[in-house]
Amino acid sequence: MRWWKILTIALLLYTYIGGLLITVPDVGNLQHTIRNAFFHIPMWTTQFILLTISIIYSIKFLRKPTMANDIYAFEFAKSGIVFGALGLATGMEWANFTWGAAWSNDPKQLCVAIALLIYLAYFVLRNSVTDIDKRARISAVYNIFAYFIYIPMILILPRMVESLHPGGKGVQGNPGFNGDDLNTAMKWVIRPAYIGWALLGIWITTLRLRLHLFTEKHLNSGLV
Amino acid sequence: MTAGILHIAALLRKDILLEIRQQYTFYGILLYVASTIFVLYLAMGHPEAEVWNGLFWMIQLFICVNAVAKSFLQESSGRMLYYYTIAGARDYILAKLIFNAALMILMSLTSIVLFRLLLSDPVVNPWKFTGVVCLGGCSLSLVFTFLSAIAARAKQNAAMIAILGFPLIIPQILLLMKISNAAFSDVIQGGFMMMSAVLAGLDVLVIALAIILFPFLWKD
Repeated sequence: MRWWKILTIALLLYTYIGGLLITVPDVGNLQHTIRNAFFHIPMWTTQFILLTISIIYSIKFLRKPTMANDIYAFEFAKSGIVFGALGLATGMEWANFTWGAAWSNDPKQLCVAIALLIYLAYFVLRNSVTDIDKRARISAVYNIFAYFIYIPMILILPRMVESLHPGGKGVQGNPGFNGDDLNTAMKWVIRPAYIGWALLGIWITTLRLRLHLFTEKHLNSGLV
Repeated sequence: MTAGILHIAALLRKDILLEIRQQYTFYGILLYVASTIFVLYLAMGHPEAEVWNGLFWMIQLFICVNAVAKSFLQESSGRMLYYYTIAGARDYILAKLIFNAALMILMSLTSIVLFRLLLSDPVVNPWKFTGVVCLGGCSLSLVFTFLSAIAARAKQNAAMIAILGFPLIIPQILLLMKISNAAFSDVIQGGFMMMSAVLAGLDVLVIALAIILFPFLWKD
Protein backbone atom coordinates (compact mmCIF):
# COMPACT_ATOMS: atom_id res chain seq x y z
CA MET A 1 0.00 0.00 0.00
CA ARG A 2 1.37 3.38 -1.01
CA TRP A 3 1.91 6.08 1.60
CA TRP A 4 -0.77 8.35 0.17
CA LYS A 5 -3.42 5.69 0.49
CA ILE A 6 -2.62 5.36 4.19
CA LEU A 7 -2.76 9.17 4.37
CA THR A 8 -6.20 9.10 2.71
CA ILE A 9 -7.56 6.68 5.29
CA ALA A 10 -6.03 8.65 8.15
CA LEU A 11 -7.37 11.98 6.88
CA LEU A 12 -10.87 10.65 6.27
CA LEU A 13 -11.00 8.95 9.67
CA TYR A 14 -9.90 12.27 11.15
CA THR A 15 -12.60 14.06 9.13
CA TYR A 16 -15.35 11.73 10.27
CA ILE A 17 -14.33 11.60 13.93
CA GLY A 18 -13.44 15.28 14.16
CA GLY A 19 -16.34 16.38 12.02
CA LEU A 20 -18.90 14.61 14.18
CA LEU A 21 -17.33 15.34 17.58
CA ILE A 22 -15.96 18.89 17.65
CA THR A 23 -18.05 21.70 19.05
CA VAL A 24 -19.41 23.73 16.16
CA PRO A 25 -20.39 27.41 16.28
CA ASP A 26 -24.11 28.07 16.54
CA VAL A 27 -24.91 29.98 13.37
CA GLY A 28 -28.46 31.04 12.54
CA ASN A 29 -30.73 28.19 11.57
CA LEU A 30 -27.86 25.93 10.60
CA GLN A 31 -27.40 24.36 14.03
CA HIS A 32 -25.71 21.01 13.68
CA THR A 33 -26.24 20.74 9.94
CA ILE A 34 -23.11 22.89 9.72
CA ARG A 35 -21.21 19.62 10.11
CA ASN A 36 -22.29 18.82 6.56
CA ALA A 37 -19.64 21.34 5.48
CA PHE A 38 -16.98 18.69 6.08
CA PHE A 39 -18.65 16.34 3.62
CA HIS A 40 -20.41 18.64 1.17
CA ILE A 41 -17.80 21.27 0.28
CA PRO A 42 -14.94 18.78 -0.32
CA MET A 43 -17.11 17.06 -2.97
CA TRP A 44 -16.88 20.20 -5.10
CA THR A 45 -13.17 20.64 -4.70
CA THR A 46 -12.65 16.96 -5.49
CA GLN A 47 -14.88 17.17 -8.54
CA PHE A 48 -12.94 20.16 -9.79
CA ILE A 49 -9.56 18.50 -9.19
CA LEU A 50 -10.63 15.30 -10.98
CA LEU A 51 -12.03 17.18 -13.97
CA THR A 52 -8.84 19.22 -14.16
CA ILE A 53 -6.74 16.05 -14.18
CA SER A 54 -9.04 14.73 -16.92
CA ILE A 55 -8.42 17.73 -19.16
CA ILE A 56 -4.66 17.51 -18.52
CA TYR A 57 -4.75 13.97 -19.89
CA SER A 58 -6.82 15.15 -22.85
CA ILE A 59 -4.15 17.73 -23.65
CA LYS A 60 -1.49 15.04 -23.22
CA PHE A 61 -3.45 12.86 -25.61
CA LEU A 62 -3.46 15.52 -28.31
CA ARG A 63 0.29 16.00 -27.87
CA LYS A 64 1.02 12.30 -27.76
CA PRO A 65 -1.87 10.08 -28.86
CA THR A 66 -1.67 6.94 -26.78
CA MET A 67 -4.67 4.89 -25.73
CA ALA A 68 -3.67 5.15 -22.06
CA ASN A 69 -3.94 8.96 -22.06
CA ASP A 70 -7.46 8.72 -23.48
CA ILE A 71 -8.55 6.16 -20.91
CA TYR A 72 -7.09 8.29 -18.10
CA ALA A 73 -9.01 11.36 -19.31
CA PHE A 74 -12.21 9.32 -19.56
CA GLU A 75 -11.97 7.69 -16.12
CA PHE A 76 -11.05 10.93 -14.34
CA ALA A 77 -14.02 12.68 -15.96
CA LYS A 78 -16.23 9.81 -14.88
CA SER A 79 -15.26 9.91 -11.22
CA GLY A 80 -15.35 13.71 -11.32
CA ILE A 81 -18.99 13.45 -12.30
CA VAL A 82 -19.69 10.94 -9.53
CA PHE A 83 -18.29 13.42 -7.00
CA GLY A 84 -20.31 16.20 -8.63
CA ALA A 85 -23.48 14.15 -8.21
CA LEU A 86 -22.56 13.40 -4.58
CA GLY A 87 -21.94 17.10 -3.98
CA LEU A 88 -25.32 17.88 -5.48
CA ALA A 89 -27.04 15.23 -3.35
CA THR A 90 -25.41 16.34 -0.08
CA GLY A 91 -26.07 19.99 -0.95
CA MET A 92 -29.73 19.44 -1.82
CA GLU A 93 -30.28 17.52 1.40
CA TRP A 94 -28.66 20.35 3.35
CA ALA A 95 -30.62 23.02 1.47
CA ASN A 96 -33.83 21.18 2.24
CA PHE A 97 -33.30 21.87 5.93
CA THR A 98 -31.71 25.31 5.88
CA TRP A 99 -33.10 27.05 2.80
CA GLY A 100 -36.47 25.31 2.88
CA ALA A 101 -36.21 23.77 -0.58
CA ALA A 102 -33.89 21.32 -2.28
CA TRP A 103 -33.50 23.51 -5.35
CA SER A 104 -33.44 27.28 -5.17
CA ASN A 105 -31.76 28.40 -8.39
CA ASP A 106 -28.54 29.12 -6.60
CA PRO A 107 -25.60 29.83 -8.97
CA LYS A 108 -23.49 27.08 -7.42
CA GLN A 109 -26.32 24.60 -7.96
CA LEU A 110 -26.62 25.85 -11.53
CA CYS A 111 -22.88 25.49 -12.10
CA VAL A 112 -22.84 21.87 -11.02
CA ALA A 113 -25.97 21.07 -13.02
CA ILE A 114 -24.23 22.55 -16.07
CA ALA A 115 -21.09 20.53 -15.34
CA LEU A 116 -23.17 17.36 -15.16
CA LEU A 117 -24.83 18.19 -18.50
CA ILE A 118 -21.48 18.94 -20.15
CA TYR A 119 -19.85 15.73 -19.03
CA LEU A 120 -22.91 13.58 -19.74
CA ALA A 121 -22.78 15.04 -23.26
CA TYR A 122 -19.09 14.09 -23.31
CA PHE A 123 -19.99 10.48 -22.53
CA VAL A 124 -22.75 10.47 -25.17
CA LEU A 125 -20.29 11.84 -27.71
CA ARG A 126 -17.77 9.15 -26.81
CA ASN A 127 -20.29 6.39 -27.18
CA SER A 128 -21.52 7.70 -30.51
CA VAL A 129 -18.18 7.13 -32.24
CA THR A 130 -17.23 3.54 -32.95
CA ASP A 131 -13.71 4.07 -34.28
CA ILE A 132 -11.43 4.01 -31.20
CA ASP A 133 -8.78 6.48 -32.41
CA LYS A 134 -11.33 8.89 -33.73
CA ARG A 135 -13.38 8.64 -30.55
CA ALA A 136 -10.34 9.46 -28.43
CA ARG A 137 -9.41 12.48 -30.53
CA ILE A 138 -12.91 13.94 -30.84
CA SER A 139 -13.67 13.53 -27.16
CA ALA A 140 -10.32 15.04 -26.15
CA VAL A 141 -11.10 18.10 -28.28
CA TYR A 142 -14.56 18.43 -26.76
CA ASN A 143 -13.22 17.93 -23.24
CA ILE A 144 -10.71 20.76 -23.64
CA PHE A 145 -13.20 23.07 -25.36
CA ALA A 146 -15.87 22.47 -22.70
CA TYR A 147 -13.45 22.94 -19.81
CA PHE A 148 -12.20 26.29 -21.07
CA ILE A 149 -15.76 27.54 -21.51
CA TYR A 150 -16.75 26.14 -18.12
CA ILE A 151 -14.07 28.16 -16.26
CA PRO A 152 -15.38 31.59 -17.37
CA MET A 153 -18.88 30.27 -16.67
CA ILE A 154 -18.19 29.58 -13.00
CA LEU A 155 -16.64 33.04 -12.78
CA ILE A 156 -19.53 34.84 -14.51
CA LEU A 157 -22.56 32.97 -13.25
CA PRO A 158 -22.24 33.75 -9.50
CA ARG A 159 -22.03 37.46 -10.35
CA MET A 160 -25.29 37.35 -12.29
CA VAL A 161 -27.58 35.14 -10.23
CA GLU A 162 -28.40 35.74 -6.60
CA SER A 163 -26.96 33.24 -4.23
CA LEU A 164 -27.93 31.74 -0.92
CA HIS A 165 -24.47 30.38 -0.44
CA PRO A 166 -22.16 32.18 1.93
CA GLY A 167 -20.16 34.93 0.30
CA GLY A 168 -22.53 35.08 -2.68
CA LYS A 169 -24.34 37.95 -4.32
CA GLY A 170 -27.78 38.78 -2.92
CA VAL A 171 -29.23 40.62 0.02
CA GLN A 172 -30.61 37.81 2.09
CA GLY A 173 -27.81 35.35 1.65
CA ASN A 174 -27.32 32.81 4.34
CA PRO A 175 -27.77 34.20 7.84
CA GLY A 176 -24.11 34.36 8.70
CA PHE A 177 -21.83 31.47 7.88
CA ASN A 178 -19.18 32.78 5.58
CA GLY A 179 -15.51 31.97 5.78
CA ASP A 180 -15.15 33.99 8.99
CA ASP A 181 -17.74 31.91 10.78
CA LEU A 182 -15.72 28.78 10.52
CA ASN A 183 -14.04 28.75 13.88
CA THR A 184 -10.51 27.50 14.29
CA ALA A 185 -11.63 23.99 15.20
CA MET A 186 -13.71 23.74 12.02
CA LYS A 187 -10.85 25.03 9.91
CA TRP A 188 -8.64 22.36 11.38
CA VAL A 189 -11.08 19.71 10.22
CA ILE A 190 -12.12 21.07 6.86
CA ARG A 191 -8.65 21.65 5.45
CA PRO A 192 -7.49 18.06 5.92
CA ALA A 193 -10.94 17.00 4.66
CA TYR A 194 -10.29 18.69 1.29
CA ILE A 195 -7.07 16.73 0.87
CA GLY A 196 -8.58 13.48 2.16
CA TRP A 197 -11.57 13.50 -0.18
CA ALA A 198 -9.45 14.54 -3.17
CA LEU A 199 -7.06 11.67 -2.50
CA LEU A 200 -10.00 9.29 -2.17
CA GLY A 201 -11.27 10.46 -5.57
CA ILE A 202 -7.89 9.81 -7.12
CA TRP A 203 -7.66 6.43 -5.40
CA ILE A 204 -11.04 5.31 -6.72
CA THR A 205 -10.05 6.48 -10.18
CA THR A 206 -6.77 4.55 -10.12
CA LEU A 207 -8.71 1.37 -9.33
CA ARG A 208 -11.14 2.02 -12.19
CA LEU A 209 -8.17 2.75 -14.43
CA ARG A 210 -6.47 -0.53 -13.59
CA LEU A 211 -9.66 -2.39 -14.43
CA HIS A 212 -10.17 -0.46 -17.65
CA LEU A 213 -6.55 -0.86 -18.82
CA PHE A 214 -6.67 -4.56 -17.93
CA THR A 215 -9.85 -5.23 -19.92
CA GLU A 216 -8.47 -3.15 -22.79
CA LYS A 217 -5.30 -5.24 -22.84
CA HIS A 218 -7.27 -8.48 -22.85
CA LEU A 219 -9.63 -7.23 -25.52
CA ASN A 220 -6.64 -6.38 -27.70
CA SER A 221 -5.03 -9.76 -27.19
CA GLY A 222 -8.35 -11.49 -27.79
CA LEU A 223 -8.48 -13.28 -24.44
CA VAL A 224 -11.91 -12.06 -23.40
CA MET B 1 0.06 35.80 -43.50
CA THR B 2 -1.16 37.29 -46.78
CA ALA B 3 -1.44 33.78 -48.17
CA GLY B 4 -3.63 32.91 -45.19
CA ILE B 5 -5.93 35.87 -45.86
CA LEU B 6 -6.14 34.89 -49.53
CA HIS B 7 -7.05 31.34 -48.56
CA ILE B 8 -9.71 32.53 -46.15
CA ALA B 9 -11.13 34.90 -48.78
CA ALA B 10 -11.22 32.09 -51.35
CA LEU B 11 -12.94 29.71 -48.93
CA LEU B 12 -15.45 32.41 -47.98
CA ARG B 13 -16.13 33.07 -51.64
CA LYS B 14 -16.72 29.37 -52.16
CA ASP B 15 -19.21 29.25 -49.27
CA ILE B 16 -21.07 32.31 -50.52
CA LEU B 17 -21.15 30.93 -54.07
CA LEU B 18 -22.51 27.64 -52.76
CA GLU B 19 -25.23 29.54 -50.91
CA ILE B 20 -26.13 31.48 -54.04
CA ARG B 21 -26.21 28.39 -56.23
CA GLN B 22 -28.15 26.20 -53.81
CA GLN B 23 -30.56 28.77 -52.56
CA TYR B 24 -32.87 26.30 -50.95
CA THR B 25 -30.67 26.08 -47.83
CA PHE B 26 -30.62 29.83 -47.27
CA TYR B 27 -34.32 30.24 -47.88
CA GLY B 28 -34.93 27.10 -45.86
CA ILE B 29 -33.41 28.70 -42.77
CA LEU B 30 -35.17 31.97 -43.49
CA LEU B 31 -38.47 30.12 -43.65
CA TYR B 32 -37.55 28.30 -40.46
CA VAL B 33 -37.06 31.68 -38.75
CA ALA B 34 -40.33 33.03 -40.08
CA SER B 35 -42.45 30.00 -39.26
CA THR B 36 -40.98 29.56 -35.76
CA ILE B 37 -41.73 33.17 -34.89
CA PHE B 38 -45.19 32.91 -36.45
CA VAL B 39 -46.02 29.85 -34.37
CA LEU B 40 -44.68 31.66 -31.33
CA TYR B 41 -46.93 34.61 -32.12
CA LEU B 42 -49.97 32.35 -32.35
CA ALA B 43 -49.03 30.66 -29.07
CA MET B 44 -47.98 33.68 -27.06
CA GLY B 45 -49.67 36.74 -28.56
CA HIS B 46 -48.07 39.80 -27.02
CA PRO B 47 -45.83 38.79 -24.14
CA GLU B 48 -44.29 41.15 -21.59
CA ALA B 49 -40.81 42.55 -22.09
CA GLU B 50 -39.08 39.98 -19.91
CA VAL B 51 -40.81 37.02 -21.54
CA TRP B 52 -40.22 38.60 -24.95
CA ASN B 53 -36.52 38.79 -24.19
CA GLY B 54 -36.31 35.19 -23.04
CA LEU B 55 -38.27 33.91 -26.04
CA PHE B 56 -36.17 35.97 -28.43
CA TRP B 57 -32.89 34.48 -27.27
CA MET B 58 -34.20 30.93 -27.09
CA ILE B 59 -35.42 31.26 -30.67
CA GLN B 60 -31.99 32.62 -31.65
CA LEU B 61 -30.46 29.53 -30.10
CA PHE B 62 -32.57 27.17 -32.20
CA ILE B 63 -32.08 29.22 -35.34
CA CYS B 64 -28.34 29.11 -34.74
CA VAL B 65 -28.25 25.33 -34.33
CA ASN B 66 -30.14 24.90 -37.58
CA ALA B 67 -28.30 27.57 -39.55
CA VAL B 68 -24.85 26.45 -38.50
CA ALA B 69 -25.41 22.68 -38.39
CA LYS B 70 -25.12 22.15 -42.10
CA SER B 71 -21.83 24.03 -42.47
CA PHE B 72 -19.74 20.95 -41.84
CA LEU B 73 -22.31 18.26 -42.46
CA GLN B 74 -22.58 19.20 -46.12
CA GLU B 75 -18.89 18.59 -46.79
CA SER B 76 -18.00 15.08 -47.90
CA SER B 77 -14.79 13.59 -46.54
CA GLY B 78 -13.18 13.63 -49.98
CA ARG B 79 -13.81 17.32 -50.36
CA MET B 80 -12.50 17.94 -46.82
CA LEU B 81 -9.25 16.24 -47.84
CA TYR B 82 -9.07 18.51 -50.85
CA TYR B 83 -9.47 21.64 -48.71
CA TYR B 84 -6.88 20.27 -46.34
CA THR B 85 -4.31 19.97 -49.10
CA ILE B 86 -4.96 23.42 -50.58
CA ALA B 87 -5.71 25.59 -47.56
CA GLY B 88 -4.88 24.07 -44.17
CA ALA B 89 -7.03 23.63 -41.11
CA ARG B 90 -6.68 27.09 -39.59
CA ASP B 91 -7.74 29.00 -42.68
CA TYR B 92 -10.61 26.60 -43.14
CA ILE B 93 -12.06 26.99 -39.64
CA LEU B 94 -11.57 30.78 -39.74
CA ALA B 95 -13.44 30.99 -43.04
CA LYS B 96 -16.25 28.88 -41.60
CA LEU B 97 -16.42 31.00 -38.42
CA ILE B 98 -16.61 34.24 -40.41
CA PHE B 99 -19.17 32.88 -42.84
CA ASN B 100 -21.42 31.49 -40.12
CA ALA B 101 -21.17 34.66 -38.05
CA ALA B 102 -22.29 36.68 -41.07
CA LEU B 103 -25.12 34.22 -41.80
CA MET B 104 -26.26 34.28 -38.18
CA ILE B 105 -26.19 38.09 -38.00
CA LEU B 106 -28.42 38.15 -41.08
CA MET B 107 -30.83 35.68 -39.50
CA SER B 108 -30.83 37.60 -36.19
CA LEU B 109 -31.64 40.85 -37.96
CA THR B 110 -34.51 39.13 -39.75
CA SER B 111 -35.85 37.79 -36.51
CA ILE B 112 -35.69 41.22 -34.83
CA VAL B 113 -37.89 42.59 -37.59
CA LEU B 114 -40.34 39.70 -37.30
CA PHE B 115 -40.39 39.76 -33.52
CA ARG B 116 -41.09 43.48 -33.39
CA LEU B 117 -43.68 43.17 -36.12
CA LEU B 118 -45.62 40.17 -34.80
CA LEU B 119 -45.07 40.01 -31.08
CA SER B 120 -45.28 43.23 -29.12
CA ASP B 121 -42.48 45.77 -29.32
CA PRO B 122 -40.85 46.41 -25.93
CA VAL B 123 -37.64 47.75 -27.48
CA VAL B 124 -37.15 51.38 -26.47
CA ASN B 125 -33.63 51.71 -27.74
CA PRO B 126 -33.61 49.98 -31.16
CA TRP B 127 -30.03 50.81 -32.15
CA LYS B 128 -28.60 49.48 -28.95
CA PHE B 129 -30.74 46.35 -29.23
CA THR B 130 -29.65 45.77 -32.84
CA GLY B 131 -26.03 46.07 -31.77
CA VAL B 132 -26.53 43.59 -28.95
CA VAL B 133 -28.30 41.18 -31.29
CA CYS B 134 -25.45 41.33 -33.83
CA LEU B 135 -22.91 40.64 -31.09
CA GLY B 136 -25.14 37.88 -29.72
CA GLY B 137 -25.67 36.22 -33.10
CA CYS B 138 -21.91 36.29 -33.56
CA SER B 139 -21.26 34.68 -30.14
CA LEU B 140 -23.82 31.93 -30.67
CA SER B 141 -22.58 31.11 -34.16
CA LEU B 142 -18.93 30.86 -33.06
CA VAL B 143 -19.64 28.27 -30.38
CA PHE B 144 -22.02 26.26 -32.54
CA THR B 145 -19.72 26.33 -35.57
CA PHE B 146 -17.01 24.60 -33.60
CA LEU B 147 -19.47 22.14 -32.08
CA SER B 148 -20.87 21.37 -35.51
CA ALA B 149 -17.32 20.54 -36.58
CA ILE B 150 -17.10 18.09 -33.66
CA ALA B 151 -20.51 16.61 -34.44
CA ALA B 152 -19.66 16.29 -38.12
CA ARG B 153 -16.47 14.38 -37.27
CA ALA B 154 -18.51 12.08 -35.04
CA LYS B 155 -20.92 11.61 -37.98
CA GLN B 156 -23.81 12.94 -35.93
CA ASN B 157 -26.68 15.27 -36.72
CA ALA B 158 -28.06 18.53 -35.34
CA ALA B 159 -29.39 16.79 -32.21
CA MET B 160 -25.82 16.08 -31.12
CA ILE B 161 -24.91 19.74 -31.62
CA ALA B 162 -27.76 20.69 -29.28
CA ILE B 163 -26.67 18.19 -26.62
CA LEU B 164 -23.08 19.36 -26.78
CA GLY B 165 -23.83 23.04 -27.11
CA PHE B 166 -26.71 23.93 -24.84
CA PRO B 167 -24.82 23.56 -21.56
CA LEU B 168 -21.87 25.47 -23.01
CA ILE B 169 -23.89 28.40 -24.35
CA ILE B 170 -25.42 29.27 -20.96
CA PRO B 171 -22.96 32.05 -19.99
CA GLN B 172 -23.43 33.77 -23.35
CA ILE B 173 -27.23 33.47 -23.23
CA LEU B 174 -27.42 34.80 -19.66
CA LEU B 175 -25.12 37.71 -20.49
CA LEU B 176 -27.11 38.48 -23.63
CA MET B 177 -30.41 38.51 -21.76
CA LYS B 178 -28.95 40.88 -19.17
CA ILE B 179 -27.40 43.16 -21.78
CA SER B 180 -30.45 43.31 -24.01
CA ASN B 181 -32.58 44.30 -21.02
CA ALA B 182 -30.71 47.60 -21.25
CA ALA B 183 -32.46 48.28 -24.55
CA PHE B 184 -35.88 47.88 -22.95
CA SER B 185 -35.81 50.99 -20.81
CA ASP B 186 -34.65 54.56 -21.03
CA VAL B 187 -32.81 54.27 -17.77
CA ILE B 188 -29.10 53.83 -18.24
CA GLN B 189 -28.12 50.61 -16.58
CA GLY B 190 -24.71 50.10 -15.08
CA GLY B 191 -22.41 47.40 -16.33
CA PHE B 192 -23.61 47.50 -19.94
CA MET B 193 -20.18 48.13 -21.39
CA MET B 194 -18.55 45.75 -18.94
CA MET B 195 -20.88 42.87 -19.80
CA SER B 196 -20.49 43.54 -23.54
CA ALA B 197 -16.73 43.43 -23.04
CA VAL B 198 -17.02 40.09 -21.20
CA LEU B 199 -19.11 38.75 -24.07
CA ALA B 200 -16.56 39.91 -26.62
CA GLY B 201 -13.85 38.35 -24.48
CA LEU B 202 -15.72 35.02 -24.53
CA ASP B 203 -15.91 35.29 -28.33
CA VAL B 204 -12.16 35.80 -28.55
CA LEU B 205 -11.67 32.78 -26.27
CA VAL B 206 -13.89 30.61 -28.47
CA ILE B 207 -12.06 31.71 -31.64
CA ALA B 208 -8.69 30.98 -30.02
CA LEU B 209 -9.86 27.54 -28.86
CA ALA B 210 -11.26 26.78 -32.31
CA ILE B 211 -8.00 27.73 -34.01
CA ILE B 212 -5.93 25.67 -31.58
CA LEU B 213 -8.17 22.60 -31.46
CA PHE B 214 -9.53 22.32 -35.00
CA PRO B 215 -6.31 20.98 -36.58
CA PHE B 216 -6.48 18.00 -34.18
CA LEU B 217 -10.08 17.38 -35.07
CA TRP B 218 -9.37 17.40 -38.75
CA LYS B 219 -6.62 14.77 -38.90
CA ASP B 220 -7.71 11.33 -39.96
